[in-house]
Amino acid sequence: MIYFDNSATTKAAPEVVDTYAKVSANYWGNPSSLHKFGEQAFNLLEQSRQQIADLVGAKLSEILFTSGGTEGDNWAIKGTAMAKREFGNHLITTEVEHPAVHNSMEQLKQQGFEVTYLPVDENGRVSAADLRAAIKPTTILVSTMAVNNEIGAVQPLDEIADVMRDFPSIHWHIDAVQGIGKGLADKIFNDRVDFVTFSGHKFHAPRGIGFMYKRQGRQIAPLMAGGGQERNLRSGTENLPAIAAMAKALRLLLDGEDAKVKRQREIRLAILNHVAAFPNVTIFSKDLPVFAPHILCFAIAGVRGETVVHAFEEHDIYISTTSACSSKKHVESSTLQAMKVDDGIATSAIRISLDEHNTMAEAEEFNRVFDELYTQFEKLA
Amino acid sequence: MEYSEIMVRYGELSTKGKNKKDFIKQLGQNVRKALSEFDGLEVKAQHDRLHVTLNGADSSAVMERLKGVFGIENFSPSVKVDKDLDAIKEVAVAMVKEVFEPGMTFKINTRRQDKEFEYDTYQMNNIMGDTILDNVPGITVQMKHPDIELRVEVRMNGVYLSGKTIQGAGGLPVGTGGKAVMMLSGGIDSPVASYYAMRRGVKIDMVHFFSPPYTSEQALAKAKELTAKLAGYSGGIQFIQVPFTKIQETIKEKVPEGYLMTVQRRLMLRLTVAIAEMRHAKGIFNGESLGQVASQTLDSMQAINDVTTMPILRPLLSLDKTEIIKVAEDIDTYDLSILPYEDCCTIFTPPSPKTRPDLEKTRKYEGYIDVEGLMKEALDGIVISEIRPGDNYLNQNEDVFAELL
Repeated sequence: MIYFDNSATTKAAPEVVDTYAKVSANYWGNPSSLHKFGEQAFNLLEQSRQQIADLVGAKLSEILFTSGGTEGDNWAIKGTAMAKREFGNHLITTEVEHPAVHNSMEQLKQQGFEVTYLPVDENGRVSAADLRAAIKPTTILVSTMAVNNEIGAVQPLDEIADVMRDFPSIHWHIDAVQGIGKGLADKIFNDRVDFVTFSGHKFHAPRGIGFMYKRQGRQIAPLMAGGGQERNLRSGTENLPAIAAMAKALRLLLDGEDAKVKRQREIRLAILNHVAAFPNVTIFSKDLPVFAPHILCFAIAGVRGETVVHAFEEHDIYISTTSACSSKKHVESSTLQAMKVDDGIATSAIRISLDEHNTMAEAEEFNRVFDELYTQFEKLA
Repeated sequence: MEYSEIMVRYGELSTKGKNKKDFIKQLGQNVRKALSEFDGLEVKAQHDRLHVTLNGADSSAVMERLKGVFGIENFSPSVKVDKDLDAIKEVAVAMVKEVFEPGMTFKINTRRQDKEFEYDTYQMNNIMGDTILDNVPGITVQMKHPDIELRVEVRMNGVYLSGKTIQGAGGLPVGTGGKAVMMLSGGIDSPVASYYAMRRGVKIDMVHFFSPPYTSEQALAKAKELTAKLAGYSGGIQFIQVPFTKIQETIKEKVPEGYLMTVQRRLMLRLTVAIAEMRHAKGIFNGESLGQVASQTLDSMQAINDVTTMPILRPLLSLDKTEIIKVAEDIDTYDLSILPYEDCCTIFTPPSPKTRPDLEKTRKYEGYIDVEGLMKEALDGIVISEIRPGDNYLNQNEDVFAELL
C-alpha cells in the first residue's frame, strides 16, 4: 500500500497508540480530583503540556488543549469575536481558508460581524499590501492559514507579521493544521502571532485531540463553559490519553525535522517533475519555495479527479481529490476557484500529500502507475 | 560557533572598594557551583573579570546557567585564535556574519596586553575594520552605540575575539549580603520576594508553615518545588518546615474571630524570629505588599511586627500585583504558584479579618494562648532539608511519564 493522503489524516504511530493505551489503563484519574489518582493524572497532563510547550518554544501556560483543528479554528475566531466585540466588529481572513475558518466567519457574519476575504494570486497566496489596505479601526481579528490544505501554498507569514506589528491590538490567528513538522516553525511561531491552532491526527496522534498556542496576555472567550478546565478557558474533563499520545507524536514528528522535510521535498519534486512532462497535466502547486514540501496538487485535463483517485486505488495507491472535507460533496475546490482556475480543469484536480515515512521508492511506483493510467485516460479522451 | 571561553564582566561590585575582593571570591564560588555539572571547565575570577575556559563544554548550556548568577553584569562568549592575522580575520568575519542583519552597524574594540604583538591597538582597529567592511556587504561603521561590537583582545597566549554581549542577572553575588530567613507561603508573592532578596546578595533559608490535614502534602510539595526553582540562583537552599496545626487550632479556639489572622501572623513571626536567631540570620524577608490583603495594611504590620525588633524586609512593599506577576512569570515561578492547593494563609482566614487591628487588643488576645509552650512544641517539630536546583517534589512520576511521552 502507498498512502499519499496524509493531509486528510495520518496513521497513528504504534508508539503513540502504546502511550494512549498505557495512559488509559494506568492514569485514568480525573486531573481535577484532589486524591492521588487525580494528582497523578494532573501531573501527567502538565508534563505533556510542558513537553509540547518546549517543542514549539512556548510557555507552559500558552498551550491549551482542544478537540482538534476545527475546534481550534472556531475558538480562535468566535472566542476573539466574543472577547473583543466592544472594540470592533470587523474580521479579516483569506479566500482559501479551511471550512472551519470560512464557515465560522460566515456564522459571525450572520450575527452582524463584517468579514473581508483577501484575494489570492495564481499560487494561492494573499499579499501583505492587500491585508494592510483591508485593516480598519474596527478590525479585531486577522486569520490566515500557514499551509493551504488543498494545494500546499505557504502564506507570506513573514510579510503578514510585518503588517501586524503595526497593529498590535488586532488578534492574529494562524491555522497551522497543515504546517507543523514541515520546516515552517520560524514563520509560524513568529514574535507577533497570538493564536495558532493544530490538530493531532495530522501528525500521527489520535483523533479528537489538538492544541492551541495562545500568546500570554491575549484575551479570548471560552466556547466551552463548564468546570473551568484549561485555565478556565476550555471546560470539559481533559482527554488525557490522547493528550499524552499527542505530546509523544509531536516529539517524534519534530525529531530530525530538517532531514524529514528535505526528503518530502525531494519526493514531491520527483513526482512533480515526472507528471509535469505530460501535455495534459496542469500543476497547481509548482516547484517554487512558496509551496510546502509535502503537498502536490495537479490535474489531468478531461479526467475527473474522482476517476483518478479510484484508478490509483486499484493499484493500492491512496490519493485524494482536493480536500477530504469537500471531496464527497461534488463542489469544486474553493482554493482553485479563488485562484481563478477554470472550473473545467478544477474538477480534475487531485492531491498528493506526504508524511515523513513516505519513500522515494513509493514515488517511483506512483510514477510508473501514473504512466500506465495516463495512457488509458488518453484513450478515453 | 565553537567558543573557547566566556568572559564575564562584574556588575556593581566593581565600585565596592575594599570589599571587592570578597565579592569576587564569592562570585567565583557561585559560578563554580552553578557550573559544577560541566566537566573540565575552568573558572578564574580575576580582579577585573572572570574567565570561564570551556575546554569543550557546551557553551550555550553554560551561558544559560550564567544568566541566573547574580553579580554578573554581562558576558561574552569568545573564540581563541592563534596570533596569526589571517586566522584572526577569518574568525572575525564569521563572527560578525553570525549576528549581522541588514542595516546593522559595528565597531572594533581592540585591547592589547601583549605589547610585543606586531600591530598596535590603533592598527588592529583599522585592519579589522577594513576586513569586516570588505567581507560583510551592507555593514557600516558607527563608533557610538554600534549594533555589533567586535572585541579583539590580544593576550599573551593568543587572541580572543567576541562579537556579542549577553545581559547577566545583575545584582550582587549571593552570600555577600549576609544571611536571612524567608517566609515562603507558596503563593505568587513570596517566591518573587525571595528572588529580590537573593539578587541583593542575601543568602536565604526558607521557612514554610505546614498545617496537615488543613493543608495537603501537595501544598508542601509545591513550596519545595518553588524552592528548587529559586535554588537555581544560589546553588542550594535550606528548607525549614514548621508544624503549625496545633497553633492554628488553639488560636481558632481561644481568640476572637476578628483577631484570628493577626494573632496567627504574630505566632508565625515569633517562630521565624526564633529560627533566624538559631541560625544566626540577621533579618527576615517576606512577600508582603502594602494594602494587598488585610494582614498587609500598615496597622496590621504594626500589630504583627510588635513581636520583634529584628529587621523585617519587604522587597515587594510598593509593587502592584500586576508588577509582581510579571516578575513571577519572568523567573518562572508563576505557573507553580497558581497551582490550586490550600496553603496555611488561606485556610484559617476569617470572613472579615480586621484591617485595622488594635495593638493593645492584639496583645491581650494573644495572651489567651500559651505562646511559649506552643512555640517550643512547634520548634521541636521542625524538619530541615537541603533543596538543590532541579529537585522534583510535585511530580514524583516525572521519569515514568517521560518514558510515556
